[in-house]
Amino acid sequence: MSRVPLPYNPKILELFRHPKNLGKMKDATVTAVAGNPTCGDMIIFYLKINDEDVIERASFESYGCAANIATSSIVTEMIKDMKLEDAWKISWKKVIEAVGGLPSVKFHCGILAVGALKRAIRAYYQNKESSPSWLSEELTFEEKQALEEEELAKMISKRMKKEGRK
Amino acid sequence: MFEHVKDLLKAHEGLKHEVYLDIENSSMVPKEVVEAMLPYFSQYAYGNPTLTHKPGWEAFEAIMESSQKIAKFLGCKVIEEVNFAPGETEVNNLALMGAAFTMKGKGKKIVVSEIEPLSVLHVTDLLSKYGFTVVKIPVDGEGFINLEKLADVVDKETILVSLSAVNHEIGTIEPIKEALEIVKDENPEAIFHTDASDAYGKIPFNVQDLNVDLATLSSYKILGPRGIGVLYVKEGVKINRILEGQIGTQKLWPGVENTPLIVGFAKASELAFKDFEGNVRHMQRLRDKLIDGITGKIVDVRLNGPKGDKRAPDNVNISFLRCEGEALTIELSLNGVYVSSGSACTRRLLQPSHVLVAIGRKFSEAHGSILMKVTRCHTEEDINYVLEVIPKAVERIRGITGSVEMK
Repeated sequence: MSRVPLPYNPKILELFRHPKNLGKMKDATVTAVAGNPTCGDMIIFYLKINDEDVIERASFESYGCAANIATSSIVTEMIKDMKLEDAWKISWKKVIEAVGGLPSVKFHCGILAVGALKRAIRAYYQNKESSPSWLSEELTFEEKQALEEEELAKMISKRMKKEGRK
Repeated sequence: MFEHVKDLLKAHEGLKHEVYLDIENSSMVPKEVVEAMLPYFSQYAYGNPTLTHKPGWEAFEAIMESSQKIAKFLGCKVIEEVNFAPGETEVNNLALMGAAFTMKGKGKKIVVSEIEPLSVLHVTDLLSKYGFTVVKIPVDGEGFINLEKLADVVDKETILVSLSAVNHEIGTIEPIKEALEIVKDENPEAIFHTDASDAYGKIPFNVQDLNVDLATLSSYKILGPRGIGVLYVKEGVKINRILEGQIGTQKLWPGVENTPLIVGFAKASELAFKDFEGNVRHMQRLRDKLIDGITGKIVDVRLNGPKGDKRAPDNVNISFLRCEGEALTIELSLNGVYVSSGSACTRRLLQPSHVLVAIGRKFSEAHGSILMKVTRCHTEEDINYVLEVIPKAVERIRGITGSVEMK
């Protein structure tokens, strides 16, 4: 196990201290979760989407480190008033750029935030009769990464339960 | 990324009070210790202690006097039992590798506990690659080593047993005397090492009473300077060096002796033992004030490690449920309270503290753990301030967690 210095930049610190769009949204059109507390990293996104498929409001809750909180927060700002088609195009790299950069060991936080967003968009269309052509059937990189993290968490929980019985 | 650190530090300007409690990972050095060290850099004893000139002889005298002081506090038979080397990590590497390679012909088994520091566990991982068999003894929910299991595991093949006297993270005072008797009953030739970095200056620790073969001490854990430690080697016990070079006064560690740091460690020892009982009572009082203050004021918290006399007088380790540890350490830092967390949020699969996992804490509990150590230099006002800051910080971070479920 190794540690690295984490000199977070002022933007991250600002978003950590004063996160935007924090909290549960009661009238959310769609909600999506990514990550797992076992991994110390979990995000919930709430989106209010109107009839024109535009995100009117977005909010989040996060169990995670400062980078996790900051990237989740900035995603909610980036996607406000955005068409779902455009929100779908946001990549984790754009998010990390938007927070002014992250230490590489924290990239996974940005990936998880985008994973949660893409899950929310996918979930929205799952409830509809048809999905738009831009929505790929194959999982995006960020969704795959989120899934992988959750699988790891499950594996650990199982292993710990087994060890607990011994 | 480096330039950002200036802005980060700027965000801390105007703090009305600051309390440093991260003694596990580094420590402040009190003024008396710094002042004792200063002349040894440039005014006096800056020579090499094995050379035939005045600054060399001055250094030799200073190192021998420091050895004498530490030997007395440890209860050594002779001062040659005190071997200086840089820090707990290096000393544990020396103890384990040195003992293992010396004993190689006599057996292959090395026994440690699951909750040893990484400077023990990572070395045994390495030794297992060199053909040694490493067995890890489990601990109970409070971190006490399972002595029955120890008796089962130790045999004639066992060459080395390493068990900390006090656990570095959760403060469990281990039954080292009983463990040593079990080991020596089974195999008198096995070398018994204890990492006593969290015992020295905190609990009664006398090498002759305990009869251990090897013991590690760390200077900064008793508010001495970083970069210096001691390996106690019982008279008659032989271990190999792990580094080679010019040997001087320290037969187990080559290179030029760091006289100022050695003097600083001896001075810190003097201050810790000047009123040992008084210092211990002071730390216990502050420890309990901190534990009671937190567990009394905040819901959904769990103390990690035992309570009362079986816990080191300085150690506080608490899990705050639904509160991620790294976020909490930053929030506390912005309010002038400096602590560390068992959450190591630097990879996708976050590995929390192996100690907390070994005592049966869930990962999500370990991710929300905070480790604090009080010292003889902390005051009631310091603890009052910490107790003012922590509840607000926990409340804010829990507010971000919101309705995220801890499965």
